[in-house]
Amino acid sequence: MNFFGSLLNALPGAVAQGMLWGVMAVGVFLTFRILDVADLTVDGSLACGGAVCVMMIRSGADPWLALACAAGAGMLAGLCTGLLHTRCGIPAILAGILTQLALYSVNLRILDGKANQPLSVDKYPLLVSQRYVRELSAHNPILPAVAILALLVGGLYWYFGTERGCAVRAVGANAGMARAQGIDTRRATVTGLMLSNGLVAGAGALLAQYQGAADVNMGRGAIVIGLAAVIIGEVLFSRVFRNFALKMASVVIGAILYYIVLQIVLQMGLNTNDLKLLTAAVVAVFLSVPVWKDRLLQNKPGGGKRHA
Amino acid sequence: MLELREISKTFHPGTVNARRALDRLSLTLADGDFVTVIGGNGAGKSTLLNAVAGTFPIDGGQILLGGQDVTRLPEHRRAAFLGRVFQDPMMGTAPTMQIDENLALAARRGQRRGLKWGVTRVERERYRVLLAELGLGLEARMRAKTGLLSGGQRQALTLLMATLRQPKLLLLDEHTAALDPKTAEKVLEITRELVEKHRLTTLMITHNMKDAIACGNRLVMMDGGRIVLDLSGEEKRRLTVSDLLERFSAAGGKEVGDKLLLS
Ligand SMILES: Nc1ncnc2c1ncn2[C@@H]1O[C@H](COP(=O)(O)OP(=O)(O)OP(=O)(O)O)[C@@H](O)[C@H]1O
Ligand SMILES: [Mg+2]
Repeated sequence: MNFFGSLLNALPGAVAQGMLWGVMAVGVFLTFRILDVADLTVDGSLACGGAVCVMMIRSGADPWLALACAAGAGMLAGLCTGLLHTRCGIPAILAGILTQLALYSVNLRILDGKANQPLSVDKYPLLVSQRYVRELSAHNPILPAVAILALLVGGLYWYFGTERGCAVRAVGANAGMARAQGIDTRRATVTGLMLSNGLVAGAGALLAQYQGAADVNMGRGAIVIGLAAVIIGEVLFSRVFRNFALKMASVVIGAILYYIVLQIVLQMGLNTNDLKLLTAAVVAVFLSVPVWKDRLLQNKPGGGKRHA
Repeated sequence: MLELREISKTFHPGTVNARRALDRLSLTLADGDFVTVIGGNGAGKSTLLNAVAGTFPIDGGQILLGGQDVTRLPEHRRAAFLGRVFQDPMMGTAPTMQIDENLALAARRGQRRGLKWGVTRVERERYRVLLAELGLGLEARMRAKTGLLSGGQRQALTLLMATLRQPKLLLLDEHTAALDPKTAEKVLEITRELVEKHRLTTLMITHNMKDAIACGNRLVMMDGGRIVLDLSGEEKRRLTVSDLLERFSAAGGKEVGDKLLLS
């Protein structure tokens, strides 16, 4: 009984956190599933968004403006990775790692040389804050989170239905075909990376407000959490949700479920230090499931071709 | 329409793997020419088409399309003038996108892509009519992902996409080679219809000598990155397969004829 009682108590927090990470996961979905590149910039751009947002609010800026600027900073990070990849011919993964590493120094500069900068909800009118997550009031962070997510999914659904958005999708689906249809694949890739990192940095800005601090390490392993959300969403909903907006929604739900499951295993006594190991293992298993399924089906006698 | 002036291409130059795939090749296509290209494996046929399409920069020479020098134009800019169908049916379409979305992408080849809808209702109606003309029943499956189509259906769709906006030149690289004979026949028939309907200037590579003879008004044979035989008009019309083999041997030496027979 105690277990369920405290779980219920922790549930709103898990949902709110899952929703904010859901913003980030949609960004990862864009690169991983639509552009078909694994972009490791996100670990850096998440912290960058948090840093920019916190420092701006602390110097008196409006939280919405700070959020927009954080997203802008993330887009610059995406631009950087995109140019390294498309103009300098560096493989996408390495280009992302380079930007991410560089961002660590940049983020420390933004944070005024400190690894952590607090942001008190008492002093500033924050958009979302952990403090009110169990309150039934207009301050509850779940409300703005829902609004932001709805806007985001709607906006992206519209964008990827436009001529330009279709071109970006085509590049991820078949780059050779896209070029043959006159699409500048390099530009589309850069656009996609900018969009994705803008979302991720925006998520960082929201998370920093939610936790009441920006930390230079807040993005560590973010890509894996984003992937976990994408994969959980796909495993559960890929058969029912075919519409593009619903696919993005399933990624958000994946992120929320991830945090709820996390809460459960933590309450069952898992050591917090082992969390990343668990997350990595879960992602590795789910990413390899389709591959193993194919392999097992092929090796069954009579099931598909065999080597001579 | 197309003018190639002494174009050359060597892959991996300066290494032990250096391959001269195009050797100062010149070729001029008049407006409305339908040229079939044959030659043994490694003769440079695909390299020729890819050089025209701009898949890679060439080492020397000039490429003119409709009088315009496109030698330095990147692939996606040149695409405005070209329709392309590849040997691999997977290569011509975006598998995770719908049939109508693929067509809409092709309908905007060479145009500025803005923030208008990617597929409009009006154009969907147009696609329905055009797909029905293919006679494959695709008009009823416009919202299906192209990844679900068979190889033949994909090649037919890719052909339609290639001709949706009138290209200055249609490039076909063994686009029936991966299909079973019956499907290949059907796709070739669609090819003929579309080329005729739009009066397209066409460059078609094939390994099938009967097709090479039956299609088009001109036949070109390649070997070692050069054109070794160029037949057109009455001479091409009277050509038979055995004729052709003989001419090959005369033009490129016995070796060439053997290579062709083998392939
Ligand atoms: N991307 C590449 N890198 C290196 N070498 C290449 C490349 N493409 C073609 N070649 C080489 O260039 C030569 C011509 O190849 P090409 O593909 O044009 O021949 P082809 O006439 O199309 O042959 P096939 O009938 O087998 O398709 C071959 O020796 C080939 O090995
Ligand atoms: Mg070839």
